[in-house]
Amino acid sequence: MEKLTNKSVQVDRSPMTFGEKIYLPAIAKGLTITIGHIFKKKATVSYPEQKRPFSPVFRGLHILNRDEEGRERCTACGLCALACPAEAITMEAAERKPGEEHLYREEKYAAKYEINMLRCIFCGYCEEACPKDAVYLSETLMPTNFTRESFIYKKEDLLIPNPKK
Amino acid sequence: MSEQQNFKVTIDNITIEVPAGTTILNAARMIGGEVTPPAMCYYSKLEGSGGKCRTCLVEVSKGSEKDPRPMPKLVASCRTTVMDGMEVKNITSEKVLDARKGVVEMLLINHPLDCPICDQAGECHLQDLSYEHGASGTRYEFDRRTFEKEDIGDYISLHMTRCILCYRCVYTADQLTNKREHGILDRGDHAEISTLLGKSLDNEFIGNVIDVCPVGALTDKTFRFKNRVWFTKPVDAHRDCPTCSGKVRLWMRGDEVFRVTARKDKWGEVEEWICNDCRFHKKETKDWVIEGPSKIDRHSVISQGHYVNTEKPHVLIDKVIGKQPKLLLDIHKVSDVNRRDVDLSKIEGPAHSDDFKKNQ
Repeated sequence: MEKLTNKSVQVDRSPMTFGEKIYLPAIAKGLTITIGHIFKKKATVSYPEQKRPFSPVFRGLHILNRDEEGRERCTACGLCALACPAEAITMEAAERKPGEEHLYREEKYAAKYEINMLRCIFCGYCEEACPKDAVYLSETLMPTNFTRESFIYKKEDLLIPNPKK
Repeated sequence: MSEQQNFKVTIDNITIEVPAGTTILNAARMIGGEVTPPAMCYYSKLEGSGGKCRTCLVEVSKGSEKDPRPMPKLVASCRTTVMDGMEVKNITSEKVLDARKGVVEMLLINHPLDCPICDQAGECHLQDLSYEHGASGTRYEFDRRTFEKEDIGDYISLHMTRCILCYRCVYTADQLTNKREHGILDRGDHAEISTLLGKSLDNEFIGNVIDVCPVGALTDKTFRFKNRVWFTKPVDAHRDCPTCSGKVRLWMRGDEVFRVTARKDKWGEVEEWICNDCRFHKKETKDWVIEGPSKIDRHSVISQGHYVNTEKPHVLIDKVIGKQPKLLLDIHKVSDVNRRDVDLSKIEGPAHSDDFKKNQ
Protein backbone atom coordinates (compact mmCIF):
# COMPACT_ATOMS: atom_id res chain seq x y z
CA MET A 1 0.00 0.00 0.00
CA GLU A 2 1.21 3.44 -0.78
CA LYS A 3 2.25 5.44 2.25
CA LEU A 4 0.19 8.52 2.95
CA THR A 5 2.77 10.30 5.12
CA ASN A 6 6.41 9.91 6.00
CA LYS A 7 5.63 9.89 9.71
CA SER A 8 5.23 6.13 10.19
CA VAL A 9 8.14 4.41 11.95
CA GLN A 10 8.96 0.74 11.73
CA VAL A 11 8.64 -0.98 15.15
CA ASP A 12 12.00 -1.96 16.51
CA ARG A 13 11.81 -5.72 17.28
CA SER A 14 15.49 -6.31 18.01
CA PRO A 15 16.19 -8.18 21.32
CA MET A 16 16.58 -6.01 24.44
CA THR A 17 20.04 -5.03 25.64
CA PHE A 18 21.24 -5.78 29.22
CA GLY A 19 20.52 -2.20 30.33
CA GLU A 20 16.94 -2.50 29.15
CA LYS A 21 16.57 -5.96 30.67
CA ILE A 22 17.23 -4.88 34.27
CA TYR A 23 14.34 -2.27 34.00
CA LEU A 24 15.71 -0.06 36.80
CA PRO A 25 16.94 2.81 34.59
CA ALA A 26 13.57 2.90 32.88
CA ILE A 27 11.75 2.99 36.25
CA ALA A 28 14.00 5.81 37.47
CA LYS A 29 13.31 7.74 34.26
CA GLY A 30 9.58 7.33 34.71
CA LEU A 31 9.70 8.41 38.35
CA THR A 32 11.62 11.61 37.52
CA ILE A 33 8.83 12.60 35.19
CA THR A 34 6.22 11.86 37.87
CA ILE A 35 8.07 13.67 40.65
CA GLY A 36 8.87 16.53 38.30
CA HIS A 37 5.13 17.24 37.93
CA ILE A 38 4.84 17.90 41.69
CA PHE A 39 6.91 21.04 41.26
CA LYS A 40 5.17 22.24 38.13
CA LYS A 41 2.34 24.81 38.08
CA LYS A 42 -1.05 23.17 38.63
CA ALA A 43 -3.39 23.09 35.65
CA THR A 44 -6.52 23.03 37.80
CA VAL A 45 -8.04 25.47 40.29
CA SER A 46 -10.14 24.50 43.30
CA TYR A 47 -13.32 25.89 41.78
CA PRO A 48 -15.77 27.32 44.27
CA GLU A 49 -13.03 29.06 46.26
CA GLN A 50 -10.96 30.08 43.28
CA LYS A 51 -12.39 31.32 40.01
CA ARG A 52 -10.72 31.73 36.69
CA PRO A 53 -10.81 35.23 35.24
CA PHE A 54 -13.22 35.60 32.31
CA SER A 55 -12.02 36.68 28.94
CA PRO A 56 -12.91 40.34 28.27
CA VAL A 57 -15.37 39.29 25.57
CA PHE A 58 -17.15 36.76 27.76
CA ARG A 59 -20.92 36.79 27.32
CA GLY A 60 -22.94 35.61 30.28
CA LEU A 61 -26.34 36.22 31.79
CA HIS A 62 -28.31 39.18 30.44
CA ILE A 63 -29.15 42.26 32.44
CA LEU A 64 -31.53 45.11 31.69
CA ASN A 65 -29.89 48.40 32.41
CA ARG A 66 -31.21 51.52 34.10
CA ASP A 67 -30.02 55.07 33.58
CA GLU A 68 -28.36 57.32 36.16
CA GLU A 69 -31.71 58.24 37.66
CA GLY A 70 -32.80 54.65 37.99
CA ARG A 71 -35.26 54.65 35.13
CA GLU A 72 -35.57 51.66 32.82
CA ARG A 73 -33.76 52.24 29.57
CA CYS A 74 -35.61 49.65 27.48
CA THR A 75 -38.25 51.09 25.15
CA ALA A 76 -39.42 47.76 23.74
CA CYS A 77 -38.26 48.63 20.25
CA GLY A 78 -37.98 44.95 19.43
CA LEU A 79 -34.57 45.13 17.80
CA CYS A 80 -33.07 42.57 20.20
CA ALA A 81 -35.90 40.17 19.42
CA LEU A 82 -35.38 40.84 15.73
CA ALA A 83 -31.64 40.24 15.94
CA CYS A 84 -31.98 37.13 18.10
CA PRO A 85 -31.13 34.08 15.96
CA ALA A 86 -32.68 31.73 18.53
CA GLU A 87 -35.90 33.75 18.89
CA ALA A 88 -35.46 33.72 22.63
CA ILE A 89 -36.64 37.26 23.36
CA THR A 90 -40.28 38.34 23.52
CA MET A 91 -41.80 41.55 24.80
CA GLU A 92 -44.92 43.62 25.07
CA ALA A 93 -44.85 47.38 25.06
CA ALA A 94 -46.95 49.91 26.91
CA GLU A 95 -47.29 53.66 27.02
CA ARG A 96 -45.95 55.58 29.99
CA LYS A 97 -48.65 57.27 32.00
CA PRO A 98 -48.31 60.70 33.60
CA GLY A 99 -46.69 60.10 36.97
CA GLU A 100 -44.57 57.20 35.80
CA GLU A 101 -41.75 59.39 34.50
CA HIS A 102 -39.45 58.33 37.32
CA LEU A 103 -39.83 54.67 36.30
CA TYR A 104 -39.34 54.74 32.57
CA ARG A 105 -36.95 56.81 30.53
CA GLU A 106 -39.07 57.12 27.41
CA GLU A 107 -42.69 57.49 26.43
CA LYS A 108 -42.86 53.81 25.57
CA TYR A 109 -41.50 51.01 27.71
CA ALA A 110 -41.42 47.24 27.92
CA ALA A 111 -44.31 46.16 30.12
CA LYS A 112 -43.26 42.56 29.63
CA TYR A 113 -39.81 41.42 28.66
CA GLU A 114 -38.78 37.82 28.64
CA ILE A 115 -35.72 35.86 27.64
CA ASN A 116 -36.04 32.13 27.28
CA MET A 117 -32.63 30.99 28.51
CA LEU A 118 -33.26 27.49 27.21
CA ARG A 119 -33.24 28.97 23.73
CA CYS A 120 -30.58 31.62 24.23
CA ILE A 121 -27.21 30.81 22.70
CA PHE A 122 -25.41 33.81 24.27
CA CYS A 123 -24.32 35.21 20.94
CA GLY A 124 -24.61 38.80 22.12
CA TYR A 125 -26.51 40.04 19.08
CA CYS A 126 -29.18 41.57 21.33
CA GLU A 127 -26.57 43.66 23.08
CA GLU A 128 -25.22 44.79 19.75
CA ALA A 129 -28.66 45.62 18.34
CA CYS A 130 -29.87 47.63 21.34
CA PRO A 131 -30.10 51.33 20.41
CA LYS A 132 -30.77 52.39 23.99
CA ASP A 133 -27.89 50.62 25.80
CA ALA A 134 -30.50 48.67 27.73
CA VAL A 135 -29.58 45.03 27.37
CA TYR A 136 -26.12 43.82 28.31
CA LEU A 137 -24.55 40.41 28.68
CA SER A 138 -22.85 40.37 32.06
CA GLU A 139 -19.89 38.34 33.31
CA THR A 140 -22.09 36.01 35.30
CA LEU A 141 -22.55 32.38 34.42
CA MET A 142 -26.17 31.39 34.06
CA PRO A 143 -27.26 29.53 37.18
CA THR A 144 -28.37 25.96 36.73
CA ASN A 145 -31.69 24.68 37.97
CA PHE A 146 -33.85 21.58 38.14
CA THR A 147 -37.01 22.91 36.48
CA ARG A 148 -37.44 24.22 32.98
CA GLU A 149 -39.83 26.94 34.18
CA SER A 150 -37.03 28.69 36.03
CA PHE A 151 -35.19 29.35 32.79
CA ILE A 152 -37.83 31.77 31.53
CA TYR A 153 -36.34 35.02 32.77
CA LYS A 154 -38.89 37.80 33.24
CA LYS A 155 -38.22 41.51 33.36
CA GLU A 156 -37.95 41.47 37.16
CA ASP A 157 -35.20 38.84 36.95
CA LEU A 158 -33.24 40.76 34.37
CA LEU A 159 -33.48 44.34 35.65
CA ILE A 160 -30.55 45.59 37.69
CA PRO A 161 -31.43 46.94 41.14
CA ASN A 162 -32.40 50.60 41.22
CA PRO A 163 -29.34 52.61 42.29
CA LYS A 164 -31.56 55.31 43.82
CA LYS A 165 -33.18 52.96 46.31
CA MET B 1 -49.06 68.23 -31.98
CA SER B 2 -50.92 64.94 -31.98
CA GLU B 3 -52.31 63.58 -28.75
CA GLN B 4 -50.54 60.26 -29.14
CA GLN B 5 -47.12 61.84 -29.33
CA ASN B 6 -44.43 59.86 -27.56
CA PHE B 7 -41.15 61.22 -26.26
CA LYS B 8 -37.94 59.27 -26.04
CA VAL B 9 -36.13 59.80 -22.79
CA THR B 10 -32.92 58.23 -21.55
CA ILE B 11 -32.55 57.77 -17.82
CA ASP B 12 -29.25 56.38 -16.60
CA ASN B 13 -28.53 55.09 -20.14
CA ILE B 14 -31.85 53.24 -20.31
CA THR B 15 -34.10 54.57 -23.06
CA ILE B 16 -37.86 54.46 -22.79
CA GLU B 17 -40.69 55.97 -24.78
CA VAL B 18 -43.29 57.77 -22.74
CA PRO B 19 -46.31 59.91 -23.59
CA ALA B 20 -45.73 63.64 -23.69
CA GLY B 21 -46.40 65.32 -20.39
CA THR B 22 -45.03 62.51 -18.24
CA THR B 23 -42.71 63.63 -15.48
CA ILE B 24 -39.18 62.29 -15.27
CA LEU B 25 -40.06 60.51 -12.03
CA ASN B 26 -42.96 58.66 -13.61
CA ALA B 27 -40.86 57.76 -16.63
CA ALA B 28 -38.25 56.36 -14.25
CA ARG B 29 -40.94 54.43 -12.42
CA MET B 30 -41.92 52.84 -15.72
CA ILE B 31 -38.36 51.56 -15.99
CA GLY B 32 -38.36 50.64 -12.32
CA GLY B 33 -35.55 49.39 -10.15
CA GLU B 34 -32.73 51.51 -8.86
CA VAL B 35 -33.14 54.08 -11.61
CA THR B 36 -36.21 55.47 -9.87
CA PRO B 37 -35.44 58.52 -7.75
CA PRO B 38 -36.81 58.33 -4.20
CA ALA B 39 -39.81 60.55 -3.45
CA MET B 40 -40.90 61.72 -0.04
CA CYS B 41 -43.58 64.24 -0.96
CA TYR B 42 -44.77 63.26 -4.44
CA TYR B 43 -47.80 60.97 -4.46
CA SER B 44 -49.19 59.89 -7.80
CA LYS B 45 -52.74 59.62 -6.41
CA LEU B 46 -52.77 63.15 -5.03
CA GLU B 47 -53.12 66.07 -7.39
CA GLY B 48 -50.61 68.84 -6.90
CA SER B 49 -48.28 66.89 -4.65
CA GLY B 50 -44.54 66.99 -5.13
CA GLY B 51 -41.79 69.54 -5.44
CA LYS B 52 -41.31 70.03 -1.72
CA CYS B 53 -38.88 67.51 -0.33
CA ARG B 54 -36.20 67.70 -3.07
CA THR B 55 -35.13 64.08 -2.64
CA CYS B 56 -35.99 63.28 -6.24
CA LEU B 57 -33.45 65.72 -7.71
CA VAL B 58 -31.87 64.51 -10.94
CA GLU B 59 -29.37 65.89 -13.39
CA VAL B 60 -30.56 66.61 -16.92
CA SER B 61 -27.44 66.28 -19.05
CA LYS B 62 -29.25 66.94 -22.33
CA GLY B 63 -32.35 69.09 -22.43
CA SER B 64 -33.94 67.72 -25.59
CA GLU B 65 -33.21 66.85 -29.18
CA LYS B 66 -33.87 70.41 -30.32
CA ASP B 67 -32.02 72.11 -27.51
CA PRO B 68 -29.29 69.74 -26.30
CA ARG B 69 -27.92 72.09 -23.64
CA PRO B 70 -27.92 70.54 -20.14
CA MET B 71 -30.12 72.12 -17.51
CA PRO B 72 -28.04 74.45 -15.34
CA LYS B 73 -29.20 73.06 -12.01
CA LEU B 74 -30.45 69.75 -10.67
CA VAL B 75 -34.21 69.54 -11.21
CA ALA B 76 -36.97 67.97 -9.15
CA SER B 77 -37.94 64.96 -11.27
CA CYS B 78 -41.49 64.82 -9.90
CA ARG B 79 -42.23 68.28 -11.33
CA THR B 80 -40.23 68.27 -14.55
CA THR B 81 -41.86 66.81 -17.65
CA VAL B 82 -39.81 64.93 -20.19
CA MET B 83 -38.80 66.37 -23.56
CA ASP B 84 -38.01 64.40 -26.69
CA GLY B 85 -34.46 63.10 -26.58
CA MET B 86 -33.89 64.17 -23.00
CA GLU B 87 -31.03 62.52 -21.18
CA VAL B 88 -31.29 62.23 -17.41
CA LYS B 89 -28.70 61.07 -14.95
CA ASN B 90 -29.84 59.79 -11.60
CA ILE B 91 -27.61 57.28 -9.83
CA THR B 92 -24.90 57.63 -12.48
CA SER B 93 -24.35 61.25 -11.49
CA GLU B 94 -22.04 62.10 -8.60
CA LYS B 95 -23.72 65.48 -8.31
CA VAL B 96 -27.13 63.93 -7.72
CA LEU B 97 -25.92 61.51 -5.07
CA ASP B 98 -24.10 64.30 -3.29
CA ALA B 99 -27.14 66.58 -3.42
CA ARG B 100 -29.39 63.80 -2.16
CA LYS B 101 -27.08 63.22 0.77
CA GLY B 102 -27.37 66.90 1.58
CA VAL B 103 -31.15 66.81 1.29
CA VAL B 104 -31.37 63.85 3.65
CA GLU B 105 -29.14 65.65 6.12
CA MET B 106 -31.46 68.65 5.98
CA LEU B 107 -34.55 66.49 6.40
CA LEU B 108 -32.98 64.87 9.44
CA ILE B 109 -31.84 68.11 11.08
CA ASN B 110 -34.95 68.41 13.18
CA HIS B 111 -36.04 64.80 13.06
CA PRO B 112 -35.95 63.34 16.56
CA LEU B 113 -34.64 59.93 15.40
CA ASP B 114 -36.87 58.19 17.92
CA CYS B 115 -37.25 55.15 15.68
CA PRO B 116 -37.14 52.76 18.68
CA ILE B 117 -40.41 54.31 19.87
CA CYS B 118 -41.96 55.26 16.56
CA ASP B 119 -44.67 52.97 15.19
CA GLN B 120 -43.69 53.78 11.62
CA ALA B 121 -40.28 52.16 12.02
CA GLY B 122 -39.92 49.33 9.55
CA GLU B 123 -42.13 50.92 6.93
CA CYS B 124 -40.80 54.47 7.14
CA HIS B 125 -39.66 56.07 3.92
CA LEU B 126 -37.31 58.41 5.75
CA GLN B 127 -35.61 55.39 7.33
CA ASP B 128 -35.10 53.81 3.93
CA LEU B 129 -33.91 57.06 2.45
CA SER B 130 -31.38 57.81 5.15
CA TYR B 131 -30.20 54.23 5.15
CA GLU B 132 -29.47 54.49 1.47
CA HIS B 133 -28.34 58.07 1.09
CA GLY B 134 -27.76 59.57 4.50
CA ALA B 135 -24.60 60.34 6.40
CA SER B 136 -23.85 58.29 9.50
CA GLY B 137 -23.60 61.29 11.81
CA THR B 138 -25.07 64.74 12.17
CA ARG B 139 -23.18 68.01 11.99
CA TYR B 140 -25.96 69.94 13.66
CA GLU B 141 -24.98 71.31 17.06
CA PHE B 142 -28.17 72.95 18.26
CA ASP B 143 -31.25 71.64 20.00
CA ARG B 144 -33.77 70.07 17.73
CA ARG B 145 -37.01 71.91 17.16
CA THR B 146 -39.82 70.70 19.41
CA PHE B 147 -43.55 71.28 19.49
CA GLU B 148 -46.23 71.13 22.07
CA LYS B 149 -48.03 67.87 21.72
CA GLU B 150 -51.44 68.17 20.18
CA ASP B 151 -54.32 65.74 20.44
CA ILE B 152 -56.10 65.45 17.11
CA GLY B 153 -58.69 62.85 17.98
CA ASP B 154 -59.13 59.30 19.15
CA TYR B 155 -57.83 57.54 16.08
CA ILE B 156 -54.86 59.48 14.80
CA SER B 157 -51.87 60.56 16.81
CA LEU B 158 -49.77 63.45 15.63
CA HIS B 159 -46.06 63.73 16.36
CA MET B 160 -45.13 67.05 14.89
CA THR B 161 -41.42 66.64 15.67
CA ARG B 162 -41.20 63.81 13.15
CA CYS B 163 -42.93 65.72 10.34
CA ILE B 164 -40.98 66.65 7.20
CA LEU B 165 -43.71 68.96 5.85
CA CYS B 166 -44.44 66.99 2.70
CA TYR B 167 -48.05 68.30 2.57
CA ARG B 168 -49.36 64.87 1.55
CA CYS B 169 -51.87 64.75 4.40
CA VAL B 170 -53.14 68.21 3.50
CA TYR B 171 -53.77 67.17 -0.11
CA THR B 172 -55.40 63.96 1.07
CA ALA B 173 -57.83 65.84 3.27
CA ASP B 174 -58.51 68.30 0.45
CA GLN B 175 -59.13 65.75 -2.23
CA LEU B 176 -60.77 62.93 -0.29
CA THR B 177 -62.92 64.67 2.27
CA ASN B 178 -65.49 67.42 2.07
CA LYS B 179 -63.89 69.69 4.57
CA ARG B 180 -60.28 69.91 5.55
CA GLU B 181 -59.76 70.52 9.23
CA HIS B 182 -55.99 70.49 9.44
CA GLY B 183 -53.26 72.32 7.64
CA ILE B 184 -49.86 73.90 7.97
CA LEU B 185 -49.80 76.79 10.41
CA ASP B 186 -47.00 79.36 10.73
CA ARG B 187 -43.96 79.70 8.54
CA GLY B 188 -40.40 78.52 8.16
CA ASP B 189 -38.96 76.76 11.15
CA HIS B 190 -42.22 77.16 13.05
CA ALA B 191 -44.39 75.61 10.37
CA GLU B 192 -46.48 72.84 11.82
CA ILE B 193 -49.37 70.55 11.02
CA SER B 194 -52.25 71.54 13.22
CA THR B 195 -55.97 71.78 13.44
CA LEU B 196 -57.55 75.11 14.08
CA LEU B 197 -58.19 75.62 17.79
CA GLY B 198 -57.51 72.02 18.75
CA LYS B 199 -60.32 70.52 16.71
CA SER B 200 -60.10 66.80 16.20
CA LEU B 201 -59.91 65.25 12.78
CA ASP B 202 -63.26 63.71 12.14
CA ASN B 203 -64.16 62.51 8.70
CA GLU B 204 -64.98 59.19 7.12
CA PHE B 205 -61.82 59.05 5.04
CA ILE B 206 -59.41 61.00 7.22
CA GLY B 207 -57.66 57.79 8.33
CA ASN B 208 -55.90 57.74 4.99
CA VAL B 209 -53.56 60.48 6.15
CA ILE B 210 -51.85 57.77 8.22
CA ASP B 211 -51.06 55.79 5.10
CA VAL B 212 -49.84 58.71 3.03
CA CYS B 213 -47.54 60.04 5.76
CA PRO B 214 -44.02 59.02 4.70
CA VAL B 215 -42.73 59.34 8.27
CA GLY B 216 -44.20 58.63 11.69
CA ALA B 217 -45.84 62.02 12.14
CA LEU B 218 -49.35 60.66 11.69
CA THR B 219 -49.82 57.18 13.11
CA ASP B 220 -52.70 54.92 14.04
CA LYS B 221 -53.66 55.48 17.66
CA THR B 222 -55.46 52.14 17.84
CA PHE B 223 -52.17 50.42 16.97
CA ARG B 224 -49.98 52.68 19.07
CA PHE B 225 -47.19 50.71 20.78
CA LYS B 226 -49.13 47.47 20.33
CA ASN B 227 -46.48 45.68 18.36
CA ARG B 228 -43.64 46.30 15.99
CA VAL B 229 -44.54 46.27 12.32
CA TRP B 230 -42.10 43.48 11.52
CA PHE B 231 -43.56 41.13 14.10
CA THR B 232 -47.01 41.30 12.56
CA LYS B 233 -47.94 39.43 9.43
CA PRO B 234 -49.50 41.34 6.53
CA VAL B 235 -52.53 39.60 5.03
CA ASP B 236 -54.73 40.85 2.19
CA ALA B 237 -58.41 40.82 3.03
CA HIS B 238 -61.66 42.40 1.93
CA ARG B 239 -65.16 43.01 3.17
CA ASP B 240 -68.41 44.45 1.88
CA CYS B 241 -68.12 48.06 2.87
CA PRO B 242 -70.85 50.54 1.97
CA THR B 243 -68.49 53.52 1.90
CA CYS B 244 -65.21 52.26 0.46
CA SER B 245 -63.83 49.44 -1.66
CA GLY B 246 -63.18 47.38 1.45
CA LYS B 247 -59.89 46.05 0.10
CA VAL B 248 -57.39 46.26 2.90
CA ARG B 249 -54.26 44.78 4.38
CA LEU B 250 -54.56 43.27 7.84
CA TRP B 251 -51.52 43.14 10.10
CA MET B 252 -52.02 40.04 12.16
CA ARG B 253 -50.33 38.12 14.87
CA GLY B 254 -51.85 34.72 15.35
CA ASP B 255 -55.60 35.24 15.12
CA GLU B 256 -55.48 38.82 16.37
CA VAL B 257 -55.86 41.70 13.92
CA PHE B 258 -53.56 44.39 15.20
CA ARG B 259 -53.87 46.94 12.45
CA VAL B 260 -55.76 47.59 9.25
CA THR B 261 -54.20 49.64 6.47
CA ALA B 262 -54.82 50.19 2.81
CA ARG B 263 -52.91 48.04 0.36
CA LYS B 264 -49.77 49.69 -0.90
CA ASP B 265 -48.02 49.24 -4.21
CA LYS B 266 -44.30 48.90 -4.73
CA TRP B 267 -43.78 52.64 -4.51
CA GLY B 268 -45.37 52.69 -1.07
CA GLU B 269 -48.52 54.35 -2.37
CA VAL B 270 -52.04 53.41 -1.43
CA GLU B 271 -53.84 51.38 -4.09
CA GLU B 272 -57.36 52.12 -2.93
CA TRP B 273 -58.43 54.47 -0.17
CA ILE B 274 -60.24 52.89 2.73
CA CYS B 275 -62.72 54.37 5.18
CA ASN B 276 -62.31 54.92 8.90
CA ASP B 277 -64.81 52.20 9.73
CA CYS B 278 -62.69 49.54 8.02
CA ARG B 279 -59.49 50.94 9.43
CA PHE B 280 -60.32 51.54 13.05
CA HIS B 281 -63.37 49.47 13.97
CA LYS B 282 -63.11 46.15 12.18
CA LYS B 283 -60.43 44.46 14.19
CA GLU B 284 -61.70 40.94 14.26
CA THR B 285 -60.94 38.11 11.92
CA LYS B 286 -64.62 37.39 11.41
CA ASP B 287 -65.18 40.85 9.89
CA TRP B 288 -62.92 40.01 6.98
CA VAL B 289 -62.61 37.59 4.09
CA ILE B 290 -58.95 36.73 4.03
CA GLU B 291 -57.37 36.38 0.60
CA GLY B 292 -53.87 35.37 1.57
CA PRO B 293 -50.53 36.77 2.68
CA SER B 294 -49.47 40.05 1.11
CA LYS B 295 -46.45 40.21 -1.11
CA ILE B 296 -43.76 42.16 0.67
CA ASP B 297 -40.40 42.94 -0.85
CA ARG B 298 -37.96 40.39 0.51
CA HIS B 299 -35.47 43.10 1.38
CA SER B 300 -37.96 44.67 3.76
CA VAL B 301 -37.65 44.00 7.46
CA ILE B 302 -41.35 43.12 7.43
CA SER B 303 -40.63 39.93 5.54
CA GLN B 304 -38.20 38.68 8.19
CA GLY B 305 -39.24 35.30 9.49
CA HIS B 306 -41.98 34.96 6.87
CA TYR B 307 -40.94 32.09 4.68
CA VAL B 308 -42.63 31.13 1.45
CA ASN B 309 -42.78 27.76 -0.26
CA THR B 310 -41.29 26.02 2.74
CA GLU B 311 -41.68 22.35 3.47
CA LYS B 312 -42.14 21.30 7.05
CA PRO B 313 -39.47 18.86 8.19
CA HIS B 314 -40.67 15.29 8.38
CA VAL B 315 -40.76 14.34 12.05
CA LEU B 316 -40.22 10.67 12.68
CA ILE B 317 -39.72 10.58 16.43
CA ASP B 318 -43.34 9.59 17.18
CA LYS B 319 -43.07 6.65 14.81
CA VAL B 320 -39.77 5.52 16.31
CA ILE B 321 -40.88 5.60 19.94
CA GLY B 322 -44.48 4.69 19.17
CA LYS B 323 -46.06 7.71 20.89
CA GLN B 324 -46.02 11.49 20.87
CA PRO B 325 -42.98 12.88 22.70
CA LYS B 326 -43.81 14.31 26.12
CA LEU B 327 -44.08 18.08 26.20
CA LEU B 328 -41.65 19.12 28.89
CA LEU B 329 -42.53 22.80 29.05
CA ASP B 330 -45.65 24.59 27.89
CA ILE B 331 -44.33 28.09 27.37
CA HIS B 332 -47.78 29.68 27.73
CA LYS B 333 -48.03 28.44 31.30
CA VAL B 334 -44.85 30.23 32.28
CA SER B 335 -44.66 33.21 29.98
CA ASP B 336 -46.23 36.57 30.76
CA VAL B 337 -46.08 37.66 27.14
CA ASN B 338 -49.10 36.97 24.92
CA ARG B 339 -51.28 36.13 27.88
CA ARG B 340 -54.67 34.74 26.96
CA ASP B 341 -56.54 37.18 29.20
CA VAL B 342 -54.81 40.29 27.81
CA ASP B 343 -55.78 40.91 24.19
CA LEU B 344 -53.70 43.86 23.14
CA SER B 345 -55.57 44.19 19.86
CA LYS B 346 -58.84 44.71 21.72
CA ILE B 347 -57.61 47.64 23.80
CA GLU B 348 -58.73 50.98 22.35
CA GLY B 349 -55.50 52.94 22.55
CA PRO B 350 -51.99 52.00 23.64
CA ALA B 351 -51.62 49.59 26.55
CA HIS B 352 -50.83 51.01 29.96
CA SER B 353 -49.43 49.56 33.14
CA ASP B 354 -52.91 48.76 34.52
CA ASP B 355 -53.89 46.73 31.46
CA PHE B 356 -51.44 44.04 32.49
CA LYS B 357 -52.30 44.09 36.18
CA LYS B 358 -55.68 42.36 36.12
CA ASN B 359 -55.86 38.73 37.25
CA GLN B 360 -52.36 38.78 38.58
